[in-house]
Amino acid sequence: MKSLSELEAIRQKTLERIALRKEDRDDGVRIVIGMATCGIAAGARPVMAAFMDEIDRRHLRNVTVTQTGCIGMCRLEPMVDVIAADGSKVTYVKVNPEKARMIVADHIVNGHPVTEYTIGNYADQA
Amino acid sequence: MEYYRSHVLVCGGTGCTSSGSATLLKLLDEKLAEYGLEKEVKPIRTGCFGLCEAGPVVIVYPEGTFYSRVTPRDIDEIVSEHLLKGRVVKRLLHHAKQAETAVDLSLDEMPFYKHQTRVALRNCGVISPENIDEYLAFDGYKALEKCLLHMTPQEVTATVIASGLRGRGGGGFPTGIKWQLASKSESPVKYIICNADEGDPGAFMDRSVLEGDPHSVLEAMTIAGYAIGAHEGYIYVRAEYPIAVKRLEIAIEQAKGYGLLGENILESGFSFDIHIRLGAGAFVCGEETALMVSIEGRRGEPHPKPPFPAVKGLFDMPSNINNVETLANIPPIINKGPEWFRSMGTEKSPGTKVFALGGKINNTGLVEVPMGTPLRTVIYDIGGGIPGGKQFKAVQTGGPSGGCIPAELLDVPIEYDSLTAIGSMMGSGGMIVMDEDNCMVDIARFFLDFTVDESCGKCTPCRIGTKRMLEILDRIVSGKGEEGDIEKLEKLAETIKATALCGLGQTAPNPVLSTLRFFRHEYEAHIRDKKCPAHHCRALLEYVIGPDCRGCTACMKACPVGAITGEPKVVHHINPDKCIRCGACQTKCRFGAISRQ
Repeated sequence: MKSLSELEAIRQKTLERIALRKEDRDDGVRIVIGMATCGIAAGARPVMAAFMDEIDRRHLRNVTVTQTGCIGMCRLEPMVDVIAADGSKVTYVKVNPEKARMIVADHIVNGHPVTEYTIGNYADQA
Repeated sequence: MEYYRSHVLVCGGTGCTSSGSATLLKLLDEKLAEYGLEKEVKPIRTGCFGLCEAGPVVIVYPEGTFYSRVTPRDIDEIVSEHLLKGRVVKRLLHHAKQAETAVDLSLDEMPFYKHQTRVALRNCGVISPENIDEYLAFDGYKALEKCLLHMTPQEVTATVIASGLRGRGGGGFPTGIKWQLASKSESPVKYIICNADEGDPGAFMDRSVLEGDPHSVLEAMTIAGYAIGAHEGYIYVRAEYPIAVKRLEIAIEQAKGYGLLGENILESGFSFDIHIRLGAGAFVCGEETALMVSIEGRRGEPHPKPPFPAVKGLFDMPSNINNVETLANIPPIINKGPEWFRSMGTEKSPGTKVFALGGKINNTGLVEVPMGTPLRTVIYDIGGGIPGGKQFKAVQTGGPSGGCIPAELLDVPIEYDSLTAIGSMMGSGGMIVMDEDNCMVDIARFFLDFTVDESCGKCTPCRIGTKRMLEILDRIVSGKGEEGDIEKLEKLAETIKATALCGLGQTAPNPVLSTLRFFRHEYEAHIRDKKCPAHHCRALLEYVIGPDCRGCTACMKACPVGAITGEPKVVHHINPDKCIRCGACQTKCRFGAISRQ
């Protein structure tokens, strides 16, 4: 026998897990990871795993993780786009699992893009 | 890790299961493990998506990519390309042509889904039917909570009355009024019955709800029990629906585990239990009085009403019996209110209706549209029209109890009263589309053949009357029709309608009456000219070789009875006395020289 509050807890917990199937879902933030051969070779898989783990640990809803193909700047892989609900996009380059966790914490949760890892910053240095 | 970045939904309805979706799931599991994605991507077996034509169907979320006709060979590509690298497998997308422009065509943009409003099917193909948590997450059992803890039984009934919901099994009786009648019967024991004895040829609306969203039916039955004061419910489902039965059993078990079924539900003091009874597949057992005696373990035969089930039903106790689709509408009505329900459909028929589209139509499958939608929208916009560039002739609604609707009435809105007015009926939701090649006399004969088979034999008009009608129709399609046959059919039909005991007999002549009304000339052509205008009836058919014949002798070799004579490079000839009208020659001819006349 489940109490009302237990049922509500199950609802919320399951909703977190299946929110990406809701037709009227509010997409919120999309994390797009370059997952072509170049991306995978540069280590995009552990990066994706780190994103997912961090999202799960923080119970973030309305964050979807998807992949994309090669966009041509293979030397900067693993590349990650963080696209906000309003469509504005920040591109991170040479991401590793530690950077991924920081991007979730600073950018997605607190709204401050991690400028030192963005493509603009990298281009300035080069 | 409980967070999955992607969910792969594989249809586990009867249609897709029979075209191999179970193998796909198994392969998917293997491949995900092989590529190390098992912790990122979750495969889920759901209920029917509705587009059975395109099965087996696989949908990948969050993108909502719709893959159709997926074979075991395709799984590796879906996993290695789409799931691993994020590249949609374009060749597997439904409507490959449109996919060239759109990056990936998702579910909501497809014409098949765009015109639909899914209420009864809201969870079908969205949740895993074998997981109560997913049902809960999509507002499941919230309506039950609201009823048991915040509403009186009278308020629940009043809400259903206010919604204007009418019986979706075909009768169209207001559901709330039915509940009210049963609640007024004084008795310590009452029953709720769910009629899942879906028997119309080609209809599978209820099966899909049971397979895709079994908890919605359980929740609604419990609410109905609370409203009328019943503590026990029966689901009468046919044994031919093994997947539905299995998922119901799982659902009942899970609901009991969560205390949403059984003793003292949600500590409200209200108790309710549900049993499953399997029907052996007799069509007449979908008639409520026959259904109830079948549950009691007796021979499934109807008896006259009154007494109505609300007064004296199952085991002689007051009972309320609702169809699966009707029940599936109850939880959203309670949750969102009667005004929301009335905002869809028409004044007299609010809400939506599920139809099983079949026959000569491109998108065979299950659709749910608001009442009042014109037939044309369902057949052309959702159904995708008639295959092979053929001409639409008629649509049959209401199964063996309904009638045919011809092309000139395609703009009639779909609702209970308008369909009855044109001599058909809503029925449970079977919709069989016919093109120029269908002979309407033969269609009427087919449905009558069905009712003759399924007549229980208790009352004379149905047992003998329908048999006599079938004999006349058999005579007409075999070219032995006589003047006066049409009048005899009409007289028999009127007599059976007026005197048969139950709904099965009373509506059995409808297919004949409605085809007579709209296609009388076809009957007359069969009887007077001994011709079948649709070139369908074998006995009235002649295969003729035309001047396009090159004399290639292919048809001669194909003919199993040696009816074709001729020399090479000379036009051949078919001997009509020897010809058995098998059509083998026409299939073999590469020049289209052989026609049916």
